[in-house]
Amino acid sequence: MSLNEVGSMIAMQGFSGLSLFTVLLLMALGLAIIFGQMGVINMAHGEFMAIGAYVVYLFSQLTQNYAPGLREVYFVPAVVAAFFVAGAVGYVVEMLLIRRLYKRPLDTLLATWGLSLAMQQFFRSFINPKEVSAELPEWLLGAFNPTPSIQVPRNGIFVMGLTILVSAGVYLLMLKSRWGIRIRATTQNRVMSSAVGINTDRVDRFTFALGCGIAGLAGAAFTTIGSTGPTSGSLYIVDTFLVVVFGGAANLIGTIASAFSIAQAQSLLEFFLTSAMAKVLTLMTIIVILMIRPQGLFTNKLRT
Amino acid sequence: MSHLTKKLGKADLLGVVVLSAVILVLFPSVFGIFRLNLIGKYLTYAFVGVSLVLLWGNGGILSLGQGVFFGLGGYCMAMFLKLEASDPIATKIQTTPGIPDFMDWNQIVKLPLFWLPFKSLTFTIIAILVVPALFAFLIGVAMFKRRVGGVYFAIITQAVALILSVLIVGQQGLTGGINGITDLKTMHGWDIRSDSAKYILYYVNGALLIGCVVFTRWVLSTKFGMLLLALREKEDRVRFSGYDVANFKTLAFCMSAVMCAIGGAMFTLQVGFMSPSFVGITPSIEMVIYTAVGGRMSVVGAVFGTLLVNFAKTFFSEEYPDLWLFLMGATFIAVVLLFPDGLAGLYDRYGKPFVLRRAARAHSKPKATEPNVAVATALESGGKHG
Amino acid sequence: MAEFEMLTIQGLGVSFDGFKAVDDLNFIVDRNELRVVIGPNGAGKTTLLDLICGKTKSTSGSIMFKTMDLTQMKEHDIVRAGVGRKFQTPSIYENLSVSENLEVSFPRGRSAFGALFFKRAADVIDRVHKVAEEVMLLEKLDHQAALLSHGQKQWLEIGMLLMQDPELLMLDEPVAGMTVNEREQTAELLNRISKNRSVIVIEHDMEFVRKIAHKVTVLHQGKVIAEGSMDKVTADPRVIEVYLGH
Repeated sequence: MSLNEVGSMIAMQGFSGLSLFTVLLLMALGLAIIFGQMGVINMAHGEFMAIGAYVVYLFSQLTQNYAPGLREVYFVPAVVAAFFVAGAVGYVVEMLLIRRLYKRPLDTLLATWGLSLAMQQFFRSFINPKEVSAELPEWLLGAFNPTPSIQVPRNGIFVMGLTILVSAGVYLLMLKSRWGIRIRATTQNRVMSSAVGINTDRVDRFTFALGCGIAGLAGAAFTTIGSTGPTSGSLYIVDTFLVVVFGGAANLIGTIASAFSIAQAQSLLEFFLTSAMAKVLTLMTIIVILMIRPQGLFTNKLRT
Repeated sequence: MSHLTKKLGKADLLGVVVLSAVILVLFPSVFGIFRLNLIGKYLTYAFVGVSLVLLWGNGGILSLGQGVFFGLGGYCMAMFLKLEASDPIATKIQTTPGIPDFMDWNQIVKLPLFWLPFKSLTFTIIAILVVPALFAFLIGVAMFKRRVGGVYFAIITQAVALILSVLIVGQQGLTGGINGITDLKTMHGWDIRSDSAKYILYYVNGALLIGCVVFTRWVLSTKFGMLLLALREKEDRVRFSGYDVANFKTLAFCMSAVMCAIGGAMFTLQVGFMSPSFVGITPSIEMVIYTAVGGRMSVVGAVFGTLLVNFAKTFFSEEYPDLWLFLMGATFIAVVLLFPDGLAGLYDRYGKPFVLRRAARAHSKPKATEPNVAVATALESGGKHG
Repeated sequence: MAEFEMLTIQGLGVSFDGFKAVDDLNFIVDRNELRVVIGPNGAGKTTLLDLICGKTKSTSGSIMFKTMDLTQMKEHDIVRAGVGRKFQTPSIYENLSVSENLEVSFPRGRSAFGALFFKRAADVIDRVHKVAEEVMLLEKLDHQAALLSHGQKQWLEIGMLLMQDPELLMLDEPVAGMTVNEREQTAELLNRISKNRSVIVIEHDMEFVRKIAHKVTVLHQGKVIAEGSMDKVTADPRVIEVYLGH
């Protein structure tokens, strides 16, 4: 193996790590808001992601059947719709379920697990029990070749771009906007927040919906990489929770760093081991680190 | 007599008697061996249900990794049985006779070192009890000493369940992979697949389960049990009353792990195989719902909850497979929103007043012969004094 | 026998992200003394108790309880050494009965296995009754703790501490939320129980402080600014400026 080949191999492996990174991060961003900011354990987060993916799939089916000429453009409105549909479902779920359980985090965990089972069966019964994939526009297919031996798939670049956009958006929203201040105020001191005129119920509802909407975006992004099945979302849920916890629950930069290190560690290990063993080793390392440093990698020291 | 023991005495002592009667008398007289074996399988899950009453219902510690311990117990037993089923004569067509078939398929030519001691039944039984306890101890000390609790503990135990199931699936040559350890036949020459063996195993399992129920009830009636309840509510108050809280949680976690492991070992014996599908995330969290349905504070309720959910599961997956997951999902939600105390809570609200009324009537008519009422009466008065 | 003080704090400091909640604090409590600590909000009173009982770890200084340095000990070891602490909001086990609340506070069967094999012997029942009588809850022994009035919950928590017979008892705002009548009774209770132990009380109610205090310490911004009898302290111009003047 020549030096050049090794270099390309490392670059490709690094890129596969990056693509896992974007998957984990997109899922974790929504969860970082719902779990990190609100303290709600949403085990159905993966299914909200699946909603996003199915929305893109439905758009693709409709385009194919009724307006084949729009194939090159349908994808962008589909991504936007994925955000809003997942967000709307989240809004309703908060109203009917989550709202009643804010003081019982472990019960929320069980209830949302039940929700995830029902949602999976819904996908199976009413959409398709098998995996489906969306018909992608031309501009998302193929690869981009910076050098003859390195191929960077276009869909990867698209997902990467979307991830950067969403991360920046979440960052600005949470830390710079009035809305973000309200969210943080509500989670830190509910009584005081409502005393100063914040409608905390509304803040909760929109925050939860926002987190679910971002999960929907993650799902939309996935359709460019792989197919979607009823249980696709649940495959990543534990990893995603670990990403958020590992990053230090309430810290966005921490979430990004944690998604990056976990994804890179795993794809690097996959180079030497089977993917199952790579996953085992990565998860075990995270757990050992969490046992030594339970507060995660990045936390703000608070007066207790 | 104290408030707590009074509560236990009333709700559960009668419950234990009824439970024993149902498991040891009613089921065997109503069902044939096929159904009875199936119930025996469900009852092995009830060990996990009972363990969660101790850990989660009373201690407030939700472990989403109980499948790990169920699996450890089950695999220990399966390893012993598999070695016995893989004697050189039975496996003479293999490239390497005398090792389990799946090892042979995976080009393994020598029994791995950690399998060797499982040739001994004594070692196996000790391992079933000690391995899970030790594992729980390590996790417990690491987490509880650092005050990791609540949802973090739930998520991390869930991750442990994921890791172990992926590990078992990934190491096919050592563990049998996704199919698990199958084709188990005899235990010291005793054919566990025969009807008579199934009957005996059912009773052994039932007796062990009742033993665990009584043990858990006893633990909850001691000062240890009161402190579990206390630290669920006000952990700091317990700590600043001079208790090392982490030790209490760790011990409760270890006890629950051992109960799960006994259930797992009995599962392997009765069902004849063990596979990673009883170790991972889904079974671990599903077993939590058995406890929740039965009533998270009620030891006896957990057993009935396990039976109810599994009867329902069998019925629906046979008759209306599409409906089952909707129903299961709805159960999770309903039990949290509407019936946080599960079946036991419903019994306390509607059933017990009825039993007490009947009991009171039986008191005024001393000739009443209805056995249940007589038992209830005896227990009620016993509960008040003892 | 005792040449050393009950509690000697020297140069104690703790900071949270640069904010010094307690700063170079020196503080001595004698045997059988009832000391009241007062000070405006944020003066570091509760933090001081947190530091003594080990809930918060100090960044500098020492806390000597008799001859033991508490800064080096774990929370449960500090309690076992003889330091009891009542929290600001009544911290009792609402699911248990009054007698069970007292019983689980009994200082025997403190290890996990010890608790498993703990017997409710005659001396335990005796002690529960004695303490219940002391804190005026004898008639309520079988009641669920959740059903007590706010004031009774405060007494119950004091009772739970008395079960351990601590040599140093620390009470954080014991009369908060009590009626006038209950305050009277609590003052008598504190005077009774400080006969054979040292007590530190944090309190805002000056009338109550006057009734119980042997000596008063005034904290401000994590430092002791005055110490002495109630009259002396209330006459101190610095105290008037930072606290009473407002």
